[in-house]
Amino acid sequence: MTLFLSYLINGISLGSVYAIIALGYTMVYGIAKMLNFAHGDVIMVGAYVSFCAIQYLNLPPWVSVILAMILCTALGVIIEGLAYKPLRQAPSLAVLITAIGMSYLLQNSALLIWGANPKSFPSVVNIGNISLLDGRLLITGVTIVTILANIVIMVALTLFTGRTKMGKAMRAVSEDKGAAELMGINVNTTISVTFAIGSALAAVAGVLLCSAYPTLMPTTGSMPGIKAFTAAVFGGIGSIPGAMIGGILLGIIEILGKAYISTELGDAFVFAVLIIVLLFRPSGLFGKNVREKV
Amino acid sequence: MSQPVRTKMVPAPSHGILPERDVNERPVLEARNLGIDFGGLHAVEDFNLIIGRTEIAGLIGPNGAGKTTVFNLLTKVYQPTMGTILINGKDTAGMDTAQASMMGIARTFQNIRLFSNMTVEDNVRIGLHNQFRYNMFSGILRLPGFWSSERRMHERSMDLLSIFDMQDMAGAIAGSLPYGAQRRLEIVRALATNPSLLLLDEPAAGMNPHETEELMDNIVRIRDRFHIAVMLIEHDMKLVMGICEGICVLNYGRIIAKGTPEEIQNNPTVIEAYLGRQKEG
Amino acid sequence: MSKKTIDKLLTFGMVIAAFIVCQVMIANGAMSRSLRGQLIPICVYIVMAVSLNLTVGISGELSLGHAGFMSVGAFSGVVMAMWLKNGLGVSNTLICLSAALVTGGLFAGIAGVLIGIPVLRLRGDYLAIVTLAFGEIIRNVMNCIYISIEGSSLHFGFVNPKLPGKLLVNGPAGATGVAKMSTFVMGFVLVMITLLVVLNLIDSRSGRAIMAIRDSRIAAESVGLNVTKYKMMAFVTSAVLAGMAGALYGLNFSTITASKFKFDTSILVLVFVVLGGIGNIRGSIIAATLLTVLPELLRAFSDYRMLVYAIVLILVMLATNNPTLRTFFSGLKPGKKSSAAKEGKQ
Repeated sequence: MTLFLSYLINGISLGSVYAIIALGYTMVYGIAKMLNFAHGDVIMVGAYVSFCAIQYLNLPPWVSVILAMILCTALGVIIEGLAYKPLRQAPSLAVLITAIGMSYLLQNSALLIWGANPKSFPSVVNIGNISLLDGRLLITGVTIVTILANIVIMVALTLFTGRTKMGKAMRAVSEDKGAAELMGINVNTTISVTFAIGSALAAVAGVLLCSAYPTLMPTTGSMPGIKAFTAAVFGGIGSIPGAMIGGILLGIIEILGKAYISTELGDAFVFAVLIIVLLFRPSGLFGKNVREKV
Repeated sequence: MSQPVRTKMVPAPSHGILPERDVNERPVLEARNLGIDFGGLHAVEDFNLIIGRTEIAGLIGPNGAGKTTVFNLLTKVYQPTMGTILINGKDTAGMDTAQASMMGIARTFQNIRLFSNMTVEDNVRIGLHNQFRYNMFSGILRLPGFWSSERRMHERSMDLLSIFDMQDMAGAIAGSLPYGAQRRLEIVRALATNPSLLLLDEPAAGMNPHETEELMDNIVRIRDRFHIAVMLIEHDMKLVMGICEGICVLNYGRIIAKGTPEEIQNNPTVIEAYLGRQKEG
Repeated sequence: MSKKTIDKLLTFGMVIAAFIVCQVMIANGAMSRSLRGQLIPICVYIVMAVSLNLTVGISGELSLGHAGFMSVGAFSGVVMAMWLKNGLGVSNTLICLSAALVTGGLFAGIAGVLIGIPVLRLRGDYLAIVTLAFGEIIRNVMNCIYISIEGSSLHFGFVNPKLPGKLLVNGPAGATGVAKMSTFVMGFVLVMITLLVVLNLIDSRSGRAIMAIRDSRIAAESVGLNVTKYKMMAFVTSAVLAGMAGALYGLNFSTITASKFKFDTSILVLVFVVLGGIGNIRGSIIAATLLTVLPELLRAFSDYRMLVYAIVLILVMLATNNPTLRTFFSGLKPGKKSSAAKEGKQ
């Protein structure tokens, strides 16, 4: 029973990281209607930036996180401006191929800059572990911080999209780009801001992911990225609470699947979830049905 | 998706506003109590219509009245939430768009939907798809069935393109044609499916008065040559009043009037809902 | 002769000429050892690229799991060949190799049907991500399969079983002790079969239906085309060809592991297709050949290979899809360059 509880907590922790990444996917997909394949690799860049700041510049961990957020925000905006903005009118096939190209560009640039050897990521969390049930159940500091960060980000984003002018503009653009433009909303700026927020969150996710699983490689972000997209679809693409619930459920499914069924097939379970959700409830848990216009 | 309600069919109705010559024949289309809801909104309801074998019928109404939705229901792009559609007396319940096409219903689209990367002739040949059959392996191995079918498809395509004198465009890429030619090609492609009812969604949109005049002649000519019924959605009242024998007026998803052009022009409800405000024709 | 026929003959002529040149060079000893080692991989990647182009260019669906079908073909083909050779004592390599190719194609085709049923109900980005997911699931599953030969019978196991006889496929360690049976001539034959199937399919009733659905699904339905049937036809044909290529690839090495068919391989093949021109079969052949040979010739470049591919992907997409850039590039080169991807907006 305690073993199950500790798996469950690990699942929630991993799921919280997926949720933070999924927020980036879900916001970008909701607004720009594109699958930003490179989002997972922004996570990796964020983790490397934080790593370098701690390792080589001896900066305190929290400064390294802020630095990573700033650089990733810039990176996200640059990627959007250079590669995606010129393709606003292009078919989705072309946009997706470009995004895949961008993903490989980031991975291989990282490979040239930092090399293929895995880096051992220092934990940025210096909160102690909590032990419960006479020490049989251990909750690590990273887990606590991850879950808290997820809740804070969720609440902040919900307030942002609900209360602020820019947040409302985002919702308007995701409903109808043309109409939003006619209402005087600058669609390009709104999309850029969305990428900026998504990328800043990716940096946070990168640091948290690598604090929990401390091997950092150029490909570190790609698998969690794809899984987080699965989480976003699971929760209903475009929905902020959906991304959170989808992420956490997916994390639990992955950890429990690996623990109780088969380690080798852990990823297969996650993808099986994606396929099942898309087949039986393509709009996800919290998504809206969209009817094609003829 | 919910299954449409299936009702036992009775023989062809004797009432209605069919043209004189079609009265003794089974109507090409019988729509009964047709309706669809989009999330609680009744986009179309209680739609009843009969179209004669060689009738040219018009479907008019203000923007957003549900005219294209009716076309989408008849062609099974949307599955009706209630009612029945009979094509040539056969119930189309449970059929999809492709099956409805094989029952003899063909259409054009309000915003042109050609196979734009393919040649004009290939667009027509795709319309002939279900009439000249050979399987994938005859195609890959170039068996005799391939050659004979392809030859007959070519002849038939050229014959169909000749309706609008488009034979010399056969090799051009459909997407590169001028707008008017694209609209005509869409009609040819629809005719290639050998329909008994042709649905035209705003065929005169974007045309000048001279082209519209030509289109009117062509619609009548096509009807006479292929012995088919035509139903068209159109905002150009000159065209509608000029060639349609029966007109059906739709407003807020409901039929508000049916009748001959004269009857419609003098119908107070229609004038109030539509003609009075828009001053067209 | 129609333009299409001339185009097709040109493609076949190009491949045959290249084959003859290679054969003459081999006979005269004019071909370097490393290039000779590349001949079979070149054939494999040509088949992979052409078959992926059938899905991406002709059918208009982005598949990111093409390597998965190659993997299924490789493992089933290798098992068939080794079973014939070691289990049943068939000494004729040609028979073993041919049987392997057929088996590889068959199993990949079955995988194609099973995957196609759910996948082809989806559209656009979702379809792409699910093909990716399936590619990864195939790789995961392949890592758990164990097969051994004992006498003339095969034993199968899943996740660390105890199998009698000699292990042929050993989970994550893959298939070991494989006899290298693949030949350049067989590679050439496979390329020709692929071209015959794909080019004749495109220029036939079924192929037109596939392209019509790509250009406008709703219009295609409205003229009576069965969308699922033709999407499935393209997807499964593509899978069968990839499976055959996989079998040829598998029998070209003494060891084959599932990790050779990961996502990167799918992307590599996609790069061939994009660079050769989406929907352009001859382009795929040329791109697959050049991009397989060039990195071997330019060793120093190998660190930058994937980086350059990534940049190429982005630039080609920008150049062919951005209105401003497209006019700029079309002004630079003579003749038309049609890209099937530029339309088909639904």
